[in-house]
Order: sequence, then structure tokens, then C-alpha cells
Amino acid sequence: MVTVTIATSIDDACAALDSDPGALVMAGGTDLMVEVNRGTRLVGNVVAVDRVPELRGWSLEGDRSDVLRLGAGTTCADLAEPSLAKLVPALAQAARTVGSPQIRNAATLGGNLATASPAGDTLPVLAALDAEVELRSSAGTRRLPLDEFVVGVKVNALVPGELITAIRVPVLNGPQEFLKVGTRNAMVIAVTSLALVVDRPGRTVRVALGSVAPVPVRAIEAEVLAAERCDFDGMSVPPDEVVERFAILTADAARPIDDHRGSAAYRRHAVSVLARRAIRRAFSGVPSVAA
Amino acid sequence: MTTSEDFSLVVNGSHRSVVDALPGESLLFVLRERLGLIGSKNACEEGECGSCTVRLDGETVCSCLVLAAAAADREVVTIEGLTSEEAVLSDVQQAFLDAGAVQCGFCTPGLLMAVDALLDADDEPDELTVREAISGNLCRCTGYGRILDAVDRAASARRSQVTP
Ligand SMILES: Cc1cc2nc3c(=O)[nH]c(=O)nc-3n(C[C@H](O)[C@H](O)[C@H](O)COP(=O)(O)OP(=O)(O)OC[C@H]3O[C@@H](n4cnc5c(N)ncnc54)[C@H](O)[C@@H]3O)c2cc1C
Repeated sequence: MVTVTIATSIDDACAALDSDPGALVMAGGTDLMVEVNRGTRLVGNVVAVDRVPELRGWSLEGDRSDVLRLGAGTTCADLAEPSLAKLVPALAQAARTVGSPQIRNAATLGGNLATASPAGDTLPVLAALDAEVELRSSAGTRRLPLDEFVVGVKVNALVPGELITAIRVPVLNGPQEFLKVGTRNAMVIAVTSLALVVDRPGRTVRVALGSVAPVPVRAIEAEVLAAERCDFDGMSVPPDEVVERFAILTADAARPIDDHRGSAAYRRHAVSVLARRAIRRAFSGVPSVAA
Repeated sequence: MTTSEDFSLVVNGSHRSVVDALPGESLLFVLRERLGLIGSKNACEEGECGSCTVRLDGETVCSCLVLAAAAADREVVTIEGLTSEEAVLSDVQQAFLDAGAVQCGFCTPGLLMAVDALLDADDEPDELTVREAISGNLCRCTGYGRILDAVDRAASARRSQVTP
């Protein structure tokens, strides 16, 4: 008999997975049920984790309360709430572009991460923030940096019986942007996306791209240029030649392919447009944005 | 709690038992095919069209993407539960009629659920807010003009109901 276990605690879920490591973990179901309805995924035993309160909350950690721990069950709607949006604005912007209100009410951060789609909207933001993924099973807890968790197109580092319990990101002092290009504005999978975060005290800019490679990519050379040439005190708009160079270096980091959503050439072009837009918005001459 | 082919749902305030469900049945399927609640419509089965929108513990979701057995004992409100008495139209339903926002009618139940939830949260939404709130509901007849008009009418009806 096929069973659905409705977990109400992390221990509960781990115990259920321990006795049946092949069981399917289901959170919001917005990725899984599409496959189930299509008949491309056979349903065996399910462990539903959408009623585990411990997975839903968030908290600030660290000596200076500058690390945000987000439960894996935090929904995209939760992420877009003002209280979280002010801590990680780019993540809120990304979450708000996911699907529609109905999808955002169900879709979770953990589900977006576990699906590990190149077009997953939270992924470039998590990459730019150097997020850390917390995993738990009955064997214990481990933490992985994002780039060791998302390892290929829809491939993650979860082992059977393991749950994502939380995602940790720094709370930075500085502006953030998430930009997405799709075939329309609402309910659209990204053709290209870009996340940019500024750390003013650290005098660094971090940029990551989505939908242009198997996994989210960082534009390291563009980051080096921005660190050298941007004005982290006055936040003044960078000179045009710096913006241009930044856009070229960012586009160079992309490794796009031609597919049904867009050509590689279009994607590379779109990345440069988004890079220009993001750096100009972040450094817009308003020093108070991050004060 | 572990459920299998037999479980119980709370739909529009009543406990409804589901027996002999097959693995993987969606809430939409169970509502329509097992409980006879055919107001929620089945079109895309992939969350794109919104015609199956219900409230689950108060929040709008696509019922096609909810595993029915995992929704056991959660509060489900369908279009049939939008008003307490069947013969009475809700403010949103009346506004859709008055504005002529219903053509073929297939998207209407989902839209009514989405708009009702919007007005619960904000009874004076600006146009951008309305457009975002209904971005998960596809209508291929109206071009949305009359739907936006209906939301305006429903919003003012709701504001006038709330005694200041
Ligand atoms: C109409 C529609 C539009 C969409 N639009 C977008 C979009 O614009 N951008 C975007 O990025 N995505 C989009 N998606 C995809 C989807 O909504 C997201 O990927 C979502 O975040 C998945 O979360 P979920 O909780 O629904 O995952 P589920 O479907 O429940 O699970 C997805 C995967 O994650 C695993 N999983 C879930 N939680 C955990 C956990 N805690 N531990 C371990 N594994 C776990 C599951 O086993 C499964 O493999 C869309 C989907 C639909 C149906």
C-alpha cells in the first residue's frame, strides 16, 4: 500500500525517510505534481513536509545578527513579505517573479533549490550571496556551500533519506538587484536572469547568472572590476566605460545554449543588458540606499 | 499522520471522507470526481491557468498541484463555499455579472477565488495590484477589461459593506 506521511516535525520527517529512504519528499508540490499529473512520475510513498513549522520560520544568527537562516519550507510568498524583503531584497524580488500568487503561496525555497533547474529563480541570488545549504537526515546534519549542492542540470547533492532544512545567507549592507528576462512579465520561466549584491563595508559586488549555464554562474572578472572601480562611499554612478566593461565581462561568464526559450546569442546579449541595468541601479548616486 | 487511499478532507466547513483514492490523485481530481464539486475547473493540470484555484488554509493555490492525501484535515474552500447560502451571490460574483466579465465562464470560478482573496487582503487595490493578483488566472475570452472593471466594482461593494 502506498502511503503519504504528513510530517509535523523535522524528526518526524527524518524518521519516515529513515525507514523508507526511497520515499518522495513533497513540499509545495508545484514541481512534483506537474510531473505526477502528466504521468511522468509514478507516485510511491510520499513524505509531505509542508506542515512542519520548524521548516517554515526564519531567524537571524551570528554575533552581529548578520546571518539569515531561512527554513527550507519558506514559501515564495513569505520571501516577498516586507520583513524578509528588507533583509535580502534580491531574494524577495526573485521570489516575487516565480509563477503567480497561487504558485508563490505553495512554492518553497527548499523545493526551488532541490529541483536545481538552471532557470530556478532563487538560485542566482543564492549564488551571489554565497548561500549555505543545511541538510539533515537521521545520520546527522551537514552544511554545503551552494555550488557543492547544485551540481548539474536538475542534479543536487541530496542523498536518499536526506532533507534540506535551511538555507543561510548573509545580511549585507548595500543595494541588491534581481532581474529576469522572459517572454512576458508574469508567469514565466527565465530566459536569462541576473542577481547583483553589493557589500558596502566589504567594498565588493557579487554577480550571478541564471538560465545561461547548467548551474548558476558567478561573473568573477566583472566582480573584480566592480570592486576596483565602483564608488562604495558615495555610491555614484560608475563612468560609462566601467559600466560597458562590466557588461562585457558579465556576458563573458555566461555559457548559454540554444533551446526552445531562446538562442545562446540572445541570452548573452540579454545578460549584458541586465548587467548594465543592475550596476546602474545599484550605484545610482544615492548613498543613503544602504545606510 | 499517515494517510493512504482513505482519508478525510475539510471542504467548505464539512468533513468529507475519500475512499479508495489512487496514489497521486490531486485535490482537484478528488473535489471533482470523488466529491462531486465540479465548480473548480480542470484545464492545464500544471498550475498555469488558475481555473482550479481554491483556498487552502486561507491561501489561494492551484488545487491541481495539491496532493489530495497530503491535504487531509486542512481547510479547503472551493467556489461552492464562496457564499454561505447557495442562492445568494457574493459581492465578487455580483460584480462579475454586473460588469459583464463572464463570457464562456470557464475561468470564472478561479478568478472569483483569486479576486475574493485579493479583496480580503486589500479592498482598495490599485490596477497594478489587481493585475498581479489575477496574473495566475488565464481568460481567453474577455481580454481582461471587464474583469478589471468587475474587480473595481467588487472592491467598492466590499468597502461599503465594512462599516467605518
Ligand atoms: C505554473 C508554474 C510556474 C512556475 N514558475 C516558476 C518561476 O517563475 N520560477 C521558478 O524558479 N520556478 C517556477 N516554477 C517551479 C516551482 O514552483 C518552484 O521550483 C518551486 O520553488 C518548487 O517548490 P515546491 O515546494 O513546490 O517543490 P515540490 O514540488 O514539493 O518539490 C520539488 C523538489 O524538491 C524536493 N524537495 C522539496 N522540499 C524539500 C526539502 N525540504 N528537502 C529535500 N527535498 C525537497 C522534492 O523532493 C522535489 O524533488 C513554476 C511552477 C509552476 C507549476
